[in-house]
Amino acid sequence: MTDANQQMVEQYRNNFLREVEDNVEEGGWVKMCMQCGVCSGSCPLGPHWDHPPQELFMMIRAGKRDEVLQSSSMWMCTSCYNCIVRCPRELPITHIMHGLAHYAKRLGIAPKNQPTHKFAQLFWNNLTKTGRVNELKLGLALYFMNGISEGIKTSLKMKDVGLGMMMTKRLSPMELIGGHKCKDTSGLQAILKKAEELEAARIPVAGK
Amino acid sequence: MSKKSYSFYPGCSSQKAASASNYMVSVDSMCDTLDIELNEIPDWNCCSASIGYAGGGELPRLALSARNMAISEKENPGQDIVATCAACWLATKETQERLHDNDKLMAETNEALSAAGLKVEGSQKVRHMVEVLIEDFGYDELGSHVKKPLDGIKIAGYVGCQTNRPFGIDGESYENPKYLDKLVETMGAEPIENYDKKVSCCGGALAFSEPEKSQALIKDIIESAYDGGADMIVTPCPVCQMNVEVYQNHINQKYKTNFKMPVVYYSTLMSVAYGKSGKEAGLDGQWIKAKQLEEIASK
Amino acid sequence: MSDEIKVGAYICKGCGLGDRLDCGQLATIAEREGKANLVREHDFLCNAEGVAMIQNDIDNEGVNKVMIAACSRRSKNDAFNFDNVAISRGNLREGVIWTRPDTDEARETTQEMAADYVRMGCQEIKYMALPHANEEAASNNNLLIAGGGIAGMTAAIEAAAAGYPVTIVEKSGQLGGGAAFEYKRIPESAPYAELEDNGVAGMVAKIEGDSKITVHLNSTITKTSGAPGRFSADISTESGSTSTGNFGAIIMASGARNYDANQLPELGYGKTPDVVDQTGLEKLAVEANGGPIKRPSDGKVVENVVFVQCAGQRSTQEGHLPYCSGHCCLTSIKQAMYFKDQNPEVDTNIIYTDLRTPGAGGEDFYRSGQQKGITFTKGTVSEVTAGSNGPEVKFNDLILDQEVNESADLVVLATGQIPNSGVDVDAPEPEEGAPEVSVDSILNLTYRQGKDLPHLKYGFNDSHFICFPYETRRTGIYSAGPVRRPMDMAQAKEDATGAALKAIQALENAKLGRAAHPRSGDLSFPNFRKEGCTQCKRCTVECPFGAIDEDEERYPQFNEARCRRCGTCMGACPVRVISFDNYSVETVGQQLKNVDMPDEFDEKPRILVLACENDAYPALDMAAQNGNHYSPYARVIPVRCLGSVNTIWVTDALNSGYDGIVLMGCQKGENYQCHFVKGSEIAHTRMSKIDDTLESLSLEKERVATYEVAITDIERAPQLINDMAETVEKVGMSPFKF
Repeated sequence: MTDANQQMVEQYRNNFLREVEDNVEEGGWVKMCMQCGVCSGSCPLGPHWDHPPQELFMMIRAGKRDEVLQSSSMWMCTSCYNCIVRCPRELPITHIMHGLAHYAKRLGIAPKNQPTHKFAQLFWNNLTKTGRVNELKLGLALYFMNGISEGIKTSLKMKDVGLGMMMTKRLSPMELIGGHKCKDTSGLQAILKKAEELEAARIPVAGK
Repeated sequence: MSKKSYSFYPGCSSQKAASASNYMVSVDSMCDTLDIELNEIPDWNCCSASIGYAGGGELPRLALSARNMAISEKENPGQDIVATCAACWLATKETQERLHDNDKLMAETNEALSAAGLKVEGSQKVRHMVEVLIEDFGYDELGSHVKKPLDGIKIAGYVGCQTNRPFGIDGESYENPKYLDKLVETMGAEPIENYDKKVSCCGGALAFSEPEKSQALIKDIIESAYDGGADMIVTPCPVCQMNVEVYQNHINQKYKTNFKMPVVYYSTLMSVAYGKSGKEAGLDGQWIKAKQLEEIASK
Repeated sequence: MSDEIKVGAYICKGCGLGDRLDCGQLATIAEREGKANLVREHDFLCNAEGVAMIQNDIDNEGVNKVMIAACSRRSKNDAFNFDNVAISRGNLREGVIWTRPDTDEARETTQEMAADYVRMGCQEIKYMALPHANEEAASNNNLLIAGGGIAGMTAAIEAAAAGYPVTIVEKSGQLGGGAAFEYKRIPESAPYAELEDNGVAGMVAKIEGDSKITVHLNSTITKTSGAPGRFSADISTESGSTSTGNFGAIIMASGARNYDANQLPELGYGKTPDVVDQTGLEKLAVEANGGPIKRPSDGKVVENVVFVQCAGQRSTQEGHLPYCSGHCCLTSIKQAMYFKDQNPEVDTNIIYTDLRTPGAGGEDFYRSGQQKGITFTKGTVSEVTAGSNGPEVKFNDLILDQEVNESADLVVLATGQIPNSGVDVDAPEPEEGAPEVSVDSILNLTYRQGKDLPHLKYGFNDSHFICFPYETRRTGIYSAGPVRRPMDMAQAKEDATGAALKAIQALENAKLGRAAHPRSGDLSFPNFRKEGCTQCKRCTVECPFGAIDEDEERYPQFNEARCRRCGTCMGACPVRVISFDNYSVETVGQQLKNVDMPDEFDEKPRILVLACENDAYPALDMAAQNGNHYSPYARVIPVRCLGSVNTIWVTDALNSGYDGIVLMGCQKGENYQCHFVKGSEIAHTRMSKIDDTLESLSLEKERVATYEVAITDIERAPQLINDMAETVEKVGMSPFKF
């Protein structure tokens, strides 16, 4: 069967919608979208989305699995919740976007070099290590996420911000060494491990 | 009025030498005047904010906030949980809502918590500090403590996103909440009318990952404050505060603007108005100095 | 009471009238010029004491005509409501002091305005008589219903339940109409989520068990004559036998038929049996009877089905229906549920351009469809072809902006409804040589103006869709269901219930000789002075309600019970032989002739405003309430309908020295607001010919202006008067001030 034919058969079937319902956070709401477009029009980064939320919802219904999950769109969400409060159908759009992004990441098909994808992962790694965010390490990790030379360039560019923050005692080089942390880090990590296990039993994870 | 006690969730940015440490300083001063006792949740952890979703699935993220709630229920029983950070408040409140709505998630969350010997019910009210001020004190009471009215200062009340949506402050609209303006007025300063960008997004965490796109948003937020004749911006959110304050040099370079707009917390204003010193109000933590407030504080 | 006329004139000083006006002077005018037999001033006329004073004069002083100079005739009707006397109202409050600034400079002209309204009120009452009940009044409680579908059955059940005997005439061999062939119906009660039985059997059983309801199957109405309270109808069977019945009122519920999908070959209809219309799908669902629905071509169980909305409708293409049939989106959701309820794995795709789910439960039903997993795709279908494995649907997804070919087991076309509304009596004569289209009449009325209810648009019966939705242009005959506008079952039921209530009201009104809306309860009706009639037929042609037939001598024959009392016939009559007891060429003509007409050189022009009492006059009242002022030279006379304006009033006014005339009626045309449907339109046509009159008097055309005014025009209506004042200033004073 040719690709075109394949597409013709697969499109506008409920398969992918069902997958989203089962595996994506708040995914059960996708079918309730009535395509008014208020979400897309309310998004502060709207123009930067390849496919704004309204379109993503239709793509899910149209069975465009790869195009949705490989899209950089969901990673444009700033979590401003404008779409949520304006949606006449009261869809938790922000959460669905996070859910789609996470699901794509989980399946290992999220766009690799998408900066927010990278930063969001750095953030998670940073916080789960000690239980609290280490802003300095997070910042440096961010600047150097595209390699050393890129990192030095970014660091120089951001020097004034960093210095300013230090001057106002809102950033301390001491954080590089110890830094804030939870006392019961092991307990916290045990909780997270258990939670991840429980979730993995329900929702597939790439490579597992 | 007698002392009021709350179970306090300060959040990562409020820690010493962290980006909103000055927020914490001013909150402490404000609470001193209002006789508020903040009982920190012992060994609290990060809520993962809104940006933790790449690595964290739904359940692990819920478990993070659930751990804080569980400890609070155990150690600070009978008290409301109060957060000063918008993201902390939102993540905790969302967790509470979702656990109550979904028995399966509640069961799984408790199963995860049991790995550290904890159990959550989600019984304590989760509140933002601003809610406490408005609901437990009220503008009249807040105004009664003013020793140095902030006469003649025009202030743009930048509410931003997460203290406003999706929960917001009871009785306020999403599109034009008035509470910051009322607080500004209560402190004797003048709120600017028709602040277009009052509830617009500053980019949030994307200020780090998408600086260009976010700075375009931030530029509009500052410009609109200038258009309204503001001397400074006030906000209830640590991310808003930092994003709007610290990138002004970059924005000036890129857009050939001349911004130098101080961005302060409501608690900064209140501390100054309540007669606290500049240091007590956290004014030394301003990246762009709030000179008018410094003058009043030093009088 | 003696026949002697005794006019009591009452001048109110309340609401600031006493402060702003010299009421003593007004009383003198009422007495000397108005020739009122008894004149009284009162500080607060509408209070109990003031009302008692008037009542005492009626009871003990022999007053039988009352002129009240106070507020607008639209105010305080409860207080100024006296039995058995004619009443006229001089509008001093909204019409004078509230339209004028309270300044020293304005005082003189304001007083002159008030004085004229007192003169006018006294003249009007002099020529008014107390209307007496219609002598034609007839009593008949029976209702005739044309059509035994959902609407007809509902109307029958509701009317019978209210105690009125009903006769249903149904053309086919069974009750239920199209609904009888539907597998399930769209839910009619909360939570509007699950399908319901079509309910037809229950209704039929109810009708069969009701001794008040008579059903004629395989029958049609072959002749209808009469008027409300005394309709006579011939009911004929297919075999040709005819019975005649008498009825008080009629409900026309002749329903709609399907658009012929054979006209849609581009959508695959007729090219493969696996493309059906919605009725076709109902048939498949009934056959499946709860089991899996199979496609017609080979009996394969349908695993995916595509619904094409707006098939051959909402389209400007020739042969398509231009309108939305209202029910089809809901119906497609219902039909998609036939599949989903049986097997949730069946893929159902509804392709729409605008999803419209009217009614209280429409949105909930849509959501229920989404919950069940029906896919809703915003798109336009360009083609359906018969593929090798089943129909293929080619469409443009309007959200994703892409061309798509979707293969399906079955395609359902949502085609539209075409009303069975009978003969279009207003249709222009067909051109010579044009093919003759024969349409079966539903009612076969013997009316002068034609066999059926007039149509408005697209063949649907004209009913006053904004203000009085069930009222047609034939009094006592109500239309209900999709013959009136496209609709679904639930809407048809509500519609039929409303029509039944209106029909009952009409036959009860007929018993008392009272008018139906909008002059509900009015006892006046057109008097006709036969000896003056020239048999010109204008009244019989122009009556918007077909109330006037012709008798054997070709004189107009007024059927009062059909009359709505608008006065369009009075306005039409060139020899002025038609009048009402309380509204006539004289009651208005004498008012306008008896204002004080200042000399040409006084620089005080006079502008006559004839304002429709339904919209324009209230708009002026409301303008006054809002403090919107207008020229003190205007004299406003309310008219029943602009259609009742006889051109003699305009001629008389011009001859009397008026400098300008403004006529204000309601919106006309397709989206008319005219309470009498055609009155405003007819008036506009008449006034377009007034130029000849102006020319013969050597007067400028601009002196007469006709406008459509809405009740909301509270800024514009006063402005139109001021515009005329400006025009007069420009063209100069009328030379006819004798």
